[in-house]
Amino acid sequence: MILARVVGTVVATRKDPRLEGKKLLIIKPVSPDGKEESGYVVSVDTVGSGVGERVIAVAGSSARMAEGCKDVPIDNAIIGIIDEVHLD
Amino acid sequence: MYLGRVVGSVWSTVKHPHITGCRMLVVQPLTPELRDTGKQLICADTTGAGAGELIYWVRGKEATFPFLPDEPPFDTTIVGIVDEVHGKRAEAAKAPAPVHRKAGARRGKG
Repeated sequence: MILARVVGTVVATRKDPRLEGKKLLIIKPVSPDGKEESGYVVSVDTVGSGVGERVIAVAGSSARMAEGCKDVPIDNAIIGIIDEVHLD
Repeated sequence: MYLGRVVGSVWSTVKHPHITGCRMLVVQPLTPELRDTGKQLICADTTGAGAGELIYWVRGKEATFPFLPDEPPFDTTIVGIVDEVHGKRAEAAKAPAPVHRKAGARRGKG
């Protein structure tokens, strides 16, 4: 799992029918101390997060374990909104 | 499976219902010499590991296996706390890092 910040949304009309009703967001990975990392990922939102929020994103086949994502062709899902990161 | 060190924790209230009650820790991946390598990541914890502890973690679909028959959406999970790492390369890690040595001092080949 990685930390990421939601930076945008994606709208798609023509898509796999199993993706209908899924909210797609653009996320930018960030390090635990808040620095932005390279690249962007399109992720399916399962918790109702919004632009600017820091979230937990899961990748790979585990993304399909998220709520309502069984047998849906996705490889990245947002599964939590972060309140706080504590570094020792 | 990969070596890592616990360097922090993450709090989240709004999250997937399947992962309620599960600790999530910030992990720094390590080389066999126990030096930092790669980006820090968030791992679910099944072992009760604490800050600073040496652990090993799994990646991928296997990360959900410790929670069977539940299938929470995790892709990285801490599955063990490391007591000791044996081997020449791990031994070499106990020596001070080369940067702290005086110029010209030779270090045994790890």
